[in-house]
Amino acid sequence: MATTEIRITGFGGQGIILCGYIIGKAASIYNNQNATLTQSFGPEARGSACSAQVVVSDDRVLYPYVTSPQILVALSRDGYKTHKDNIADDCIIVYDNDLVTLEKHGPKVKTYGIPATRFAEELGRKIVLNIVMLGFFGAVTGLIPKEALRQGVETSVPPGTQELNLKAFDKGYEYGLQVKKKVKATA
Amino acid sequence: MITEVAQQKQEHPMEKLLRMDRIPHIWCPTCGIGTTVTALAVALEQLELDLDNVAVVSGIGCTGRVAGYMKLDSFHTTHGRAIPFAFGLHVARPDMKVIVFSGDGDLISIGGNHFIHTARRNVDITVICVNNFIYAMTGGQVAPTTPLTAKSSTSPYGNYEHPFNLPLLAASSGAVYVARWTALHIRRLTTAFKEAISKRGFSFVEVIAPCSTLYARLNKLGDGLDLMKFYHDNSIIKHGADPKDIDIEYQSKITVGKFVDIEKPTFLDCLNNRNKEVFGDKYKIYGGGNGHNRD
Amino acid sequence: MKADPKNVLVGSHYLDGNHACAEGAIAAGCKFFGGYPITPSTEIAERVSRRFPLVGGVFVQMEDELASMGAILGAAWGGVKSMTCTSGPGFSLMMENFGLGIMLETPCVLVNVQRGGPSTGLPTLPGQADMMQARWGSHGDYEVIALAPDSPQESFELVIHAFNLSEKYRMPVLVMTDECVGHMTEKVIIPPAEEIELVERNYTDKKPGEAWPYEDTKNLLSPLLPVGKGYKFHVTGLTHDQRGYPIINDEAQEWNVRRLIDKVTKNVDDIVWLEEKDVEGAEIVVMAYGITSRVVQPAIAKAKKDGIKIGMIKMVTVWPFPEKRVKELADKVKALIMVEMNYGQVFLEMDRCVAGKCQTYFVGHAGGTVHNPEDVYKTIKEAVK
Repeated sequence: MATTEIRITGFGGQGIILCGYIIGKAASIYNNQNATLTQSFGPEARGSACSAQVVVSDDRVLYPYVTSPQILVALSRDGYKTHKDNIADDCIIVYDNDLVTLEKHGPKVKTYGIPATRFAEELGRKIVLNIVMLGFFGAVTGLIPKEALRQGVETSVPPGTQELNLKAFDKGYEYGLQVKKKVKATA
Repeated sequence: MITEVAQQKQEHPMEKLLRMDRIPHIWCPTCGIGTTVTALAVALEQLELDLDNVAVVSGIGCTGRVAGYMKLDSFHTTHGRAIPFAFGLHVARPDMKVIVFSGDGDLISIGGNHFIHTARRNVDITVICVNNFIYAMTGGQVAPTTPLTAKSSTSPYGNYEHPFNLPLLAASSGAVYVARWTALHIRRLTTAFKEAISKRGFSFVEVIAPCSTLYARLNKLGDGLDLMKFYHDNSIIKHGADPKDIDIEYQSKITVGKFVDIEKPTFLDCLNNRNKEVFGDKYKIYGGGNGHNRD
Repeated sequence: MKADPKNVLVGSHYLDGNHACAEGAIAAGCKFFGGYPITPSTEIAERVSRRFPLVGGVFVQMEDELASMGAILGAAWGGVKSMTCTSGPGFSLMMENFGLGIMLETPCVLVNVQRGGPSTGLPTLPGQADMMQARWGSHGDYEVIALAPDSPQESFELVIHAFNLSEKYRMPVLVMTDECVGHMTEKVIIPPAEEIELVERNYTDKKPGEAWPYEDTKNLLSPLLPVGKGYKFHVTGLTHDQRGYPIINDEAQEWNVRRLIDKVTKNVDDIVWLEEKDVEGAEIVVMAYGITSRVVQPAIAKAKKDGIKIGMIKMVTVWPFPEKRVKELADKVKALIMVEMNYGQVFLEMDRCVAGKCQTYFVGHAGGTVHNPEDVYKTIKEAVK
């Protein structure tokens, strides 16, 4: 795949931007690809709806913005509602299935749900929900190798929280593999 | 005899501190700026400072021309911006004495924001403000220092805006040395300059100076000499006076003296102290610490 | 002179354009930064404030942009490399002392992260509509040098280049980035210090009493005089002579202003930096700078597939305008197309240089987002008709 557009959406405080940052960093620094991260700025970045966009490509990214993403990561209902109609026909939707109720999508759209916030709470810190989601994203999309993403997590989260965050990542990743298997089995 | 005269001419007493190749200056006869420059030159000589290490920065206006006449590293900047320029110069060369020499309109009106913020930071520079109550270079317009009812070319019926009290503004903004003298008080002014320059921190000296060409003429106050006589008869020396009590009213008594002389860490002290606290030995003291000596 | 390893954050980083600007400044040896918060430039100041204490620099959040620009001039004359950054209305405020910097011939760097204007405009969205203000924003006649990075990597590199040009040509140099580049995060490779070439400040080798601040040297690049060394020099924003003394007449004005203009125009070949692709033999040439030079490329690729002989020029330096090259091309190509995020600014210069010798087209909009490559493609198709 030459170029993949990814949109991560949620609300302020969920670590949306960090999630996008790690995807971009993992792709460009640890997987030798090109990745351009842009984000919504302004009042919306400081509280309510918030989104990060990453374009991952084997070649140089020329157009920096995401127009119709092949991957939509939805961590809030509002975010999902805002962006659900502007996606590629074959978009992969990765979402927190405790928080987001999916609506009807086209036949080529694939959807993968995870109770990321609940898993994060079980790990003891709700704040790592974005990293749980990141792991899940890694497993179900297969876009960026696991090791690159893990390195991205390790070098991007606050010092002293690496262990917890990697645990959160692995939790999401393993769950992702399970879900994928199930989907394959049913297919 | 002839040789002696020639020698006398060569050795102008101010030659060490004035750009003789730029004299005569542009100031009007009886203007108070020249006297103030003399007081600064004498102060610098008496302080026995290394004159290589003194810089003067001016803005725009009659007093703004001072930088051009002083034989020091000298900077004639934009209107109102002498203080920020001086601030940058000071931070780059904390070992140098940086003196801002400018007028009331320049420093307090268009440059007012820089004045209060640089005082707030207690930046180790000296600010000398020649206050002639008027914008003189542009032809005598009203200033934020013009006393109530005084006439100017843009307050032809008498000024109705409250003027600033400069020592109060400086003191309340954070200056550690604040004094006011008139152009008549040459010796006291010279002493004030010496004290201000020696002071670590933001020091401020206001100099009430006659502008006979505009302020005196527009207000029918006579010539420069009459204004000097007025200062003589109406100045009240009151060291330590509360700056709140020393407003200047039109043709009323003028309280002069040294009003503030306190100790407080400077901008660079505070920067160094904070960074030292946070970074410990990893932090290298900027500007060499106490004496602000540059390494 | 090579960069100081202490200042260079060697390695591959994932940085936005603003953070990359800050790293460029630090690598270039910038030691004084005076700035005032304004969206979308603030991250530059934030990173500098975090990084400066341990690299021996002083960051000051000034009271406003007038003071920021004034303070970096003072610091530059004090002997350190200095920089400020701003956006939108802040750029307008800095124009006053930018002019002083030009007049005093002061090396320093001003980064403008352009947003949509006029007035408060679009604080969080991109524009390229300050280009003419960059060229003419301060009053009077003078020349400027303005660079336009297209990515975080180039932001890092061009800030260093801006410092080098400012030292060489003894003038403030502008880095005209924009909100898109400033807030876009990409890989930035910071090379080791020994691979970063820096231009040292050119101080006079003459003794005090023998040197003037604006000596009429052959190439007009007079050495600076250091403060605190007994030169006791004077510099002024007034029209002045070689000594820096104010001279108020037309003859001095001619000498002074010509000097400010000539030192750039006589060295354009050294300053102008264009990146050309497939221009030789092209029928159509697209010109663009900054982020726009990236988004035109899909359109150009599409046109090429259609069999159109098309090339492009990315202007790394926008000012001085590459007059010579555009005049050459005007004789050879069918059309020149300028694409920029404004309603026709640098286009006017291109059109002037073309002087009717080929077709000129403009693709622009008021800002807020980058171009849709499709709009550029449509214009290419129209031009080739």
